[in-house]
Amino acid sequence: MAQMNMIQALNSAMNLMMARDPDVIIIGQDVGYFGGVFRATDGLQRQYGEHRVIDAPIAEGGIVGSAIGMGVNGLRPIVEIQFADYIYPGYDQLASELAKLRYRTAGDFFSPLTIRTPCGGGIRGGQTHSQSPEGIFTHVAGLKVVMPSNPYDAKGMLITAIEDDDPVIFFEPKRIYNGPFDGDPDKPAVPWSSHPKGEVPEEYYTIPLGRAEITREGSDLTVLCYGTMVHVCEAAAKAAEVDAEIVDLRSMVPLDVDTIRSSVEKTGRCVIAHEATRFSGFGAELAATVQEECFYSLEAPILRVTGWDTPYPHAFEWEYFPGQARLIAAFEKVLEAA
Amino acid sequence: MSRRPRLHIPHPPARPGEDPDFSYVEISPAGSVARPDPTARLRDIERSLAFEMIRVLDDNNVATGPWDPLLDPADLQIGLRHMLTTRLFDERMQRMQRQGRISFYMKSLGEEAVSVAQCMALEPSDMLFPSYRNQGLQITRGRNLVDLMCQCLSNSADMCKGRQMPIMYHWARGNIFSISGNLTTQFPQAVGWAMAAAIKGEDDIASAWIGEGASAEADFHHAMTFASVYKPPVILNIVNNQWAISTFQGFAGGENRPFAARGPGYGFPGVRVDGNDFLAVYAVTRWAAERARRGVGATLIEHVTYRADAHSTSDDPSRYRPKEEWKAWPLGDPVERLKNHMIAEGYWSEAEHEALIAELIEHVSECWEEALTYGTMTDGPQLDKNELFEDVFKDMPRHLIDQREQLRALEDD
Ligand SMILES: Cc1ncc(C[n+]2csc(CCOP(=O)(O)OP(=O)(O)O)c2C)c(N)n1
Repeated sequence: MAQMNMIQALNSAMNLMMARDPDVIIIGQDVGYFGGVFRATDGLQRQYGEHRVIDAPIAEGGIVGSAIGMGVNGLRPIVEIQFADYIYPGYDQLASELAKLRYRTAGDFFSPLTIRTPCGGGIRGGQTHSQSPEGIFTHVAGLKVVMPSNPYDAKGMLITAIEDDDPVIFFEPKRIYNGPFDGDPDKPAVPWSSHPKGEVPEEYYTIPLGRAEITREGSDLTVLCYGTMVHVCEAAAKAAEVDAEIVDLRSMVPLDVDTIRSSVEKTGRCVIAHEATRFSGFGAELAATVQEECFYSLEAPILRVTGWDTPYPHAFEWEYFPGQARLIAAFEKVLEAA
Repeated sequence: MSRRPRLHIPHPPARPGEDPDFSYVEISPAGSVARPDPTARLRDIERSLAFEMIRVLDDNNVATGPWDPLLDPADLQIGLRHMLTTRLFDERMQRMQRQGRISFYMKSLGEEAVSVAQCMALEPSDMLFPSYRNQGLQITRGRNLVDLMCQCLSNSADMCKGRQMPIMYHWARGNIFSISGNLTTQFPQAVGWAMAAAIKGEDDIASAWIGEGASAEADFHHAMTFASVYKPPVILNIVNNQWAISTFQGFAGGENRPFAARGPGYGFPGVRVDGNDFLAVYAVTRWAAERARRGVGATLIEHVTYRADAHSTSDDPSRYRPKEEWKAWPLGDPVERLKNHMIAEGYWSEAEHEALIAELIEHVSECWEEALTYGTMTDGPQLDKNELFEDVFKDMPRHLIDQREQLRALEDD
């Protein structure tokens, strides 16, 4: 097995899929000659040519709209939106068109797009390079929405997403492109080579979408999380010496309700964590699901630890970020409840 | 695979390791384009304005032709001073980013004439909607460099209260709108601001700037359509600096016709100007402003220039373009050209120029020292953490009051 960071794992997934299927193409800003501003498509244009790794004009609506058309005409486009914060000009095409195409044509038309986009904060990017907008996509019927938390999952899930005939919004937590991050910005950066999930097979493999993974088994409480927060939650549980069961959802739509239910039924307590803002965030959907599925097992109110309901600031990034201190406070609170 | 793809893919003239080639840039001789009356019928003027290039300074740095704005030497000195201030401020801030004092920076090297000449050609009450590469507008409008530096530092005197990345300035009192990280959004907003001026019967005009890359966004077309329909008093500027991060202007549609030619496509003039010719930029801006103020309507201006440095401090242009490409840029350096013109005319000298640079370097340093007294992101006076929750709304709703309390409780622990 090879050591890969998340960028390398994503690159490997795209490379394999382009080799296997001539219909797989990539389109996005700066993805071609340059290899992407985060270098996820590095070398792919050289290998597969300019007709398969296509630099695009700066027009997210145009990129998504034209990719939908390519998909309808038999290609299997991977779209890169440079930052999730810049996905909004493409939102109409995603929410009104891509999401509903199969339904409104009774299955006669579909467009198998994968939309890759870096999300999340902790990089001093301010309000236009830090957002986590997954919740406004999970709310649209017809879009699959996923977010891996490590290189191994990133590769396997991206391959599955590319092969999927339904549209997948593939969020990439950019704070952990190069290594896991436990929420403490003062600690030296840790590379993926120090983490078991930085071991990534060179060859093809898939990870099904809609399957959560328990990254740490525990009995005191269940933590539902995804992306960067998986690592922050693991560190917080360790620091608080709490026997938490950490559930990395990996996929929001479809959601692995079975794994969530069996974990919460076991622990009786649940904390939900995401970087995105709280109000109407995906955590609200999770809390409602847990309440419906596990009401009689719950021993404490479900708590959410999230970004505050403000735009992502440039200063006070770590006051904004739902870090270990806030998680630990939530753990203590759900454990105290009788 | 037996596919024979036939999609057209634009190619820049040169990649790293190749010789720069700007033969695609069509350049008209200085003074060769007629200056029409601002009220002239579009069909009589559209072709020459959009397809030729308006230039005033010739190869010997002499001002020539009908577009010469005949500025006083004192105004030229002011223009030169503002361009140099912009350049030296940029240099200093880039260095501060390299030293880790600020998180990010974007220079406007080589494009200073656009912001400085245009701002001088407009009235202080005109509303400006800048992109992130228009720091010259702030400087020319008289903003204290300390204010700009404090914003970049996210310190206790930051006008944005730490809420925006460096360079995302705004200046309500100076009539300069907030810079957004999302490209092109300010273009239709400027049109709307101008529509409001017309609705209210006021004389102020609006001016907005985007890069040629950003002209691909739908918001560009929204702005153009509304400007065409309502003929509001607005100037819409495309700063064609040839590169949008790694993609050259062909990826925004610049291979086929000048960006200026999009104006006539929508029914109002587009003017293609040598963006490194201070006098020409000033002159076309006056012309467009006159159209706006006389109620004739909007003007699109394409400034042909070159982004001489990296896109930002996160970028490495040597990966996608020849290292020395700027040196081959046929329209030169706007600062050098104005300076040489002034020297040729006898109102400036090398010695005065050197003295001005020394004075401005000193000024920038003093401003930096002062800015630091308001703190950095890590040391010195800090913003109040409670500010994090202010200004989401005018009045703070219950859920934000609760969240502010939660943060306070956590900090007290
Ligand atoms: C909506 C949106 N999409 C993408 C980006 C990322 N981005 C920032 S600047 C830039 C290039 C802009 O190039 P151009 O408009 O030519 O202006 P220049 O930087 O050359 O001055 C890109 C793609 C963004 N800021 N906003």
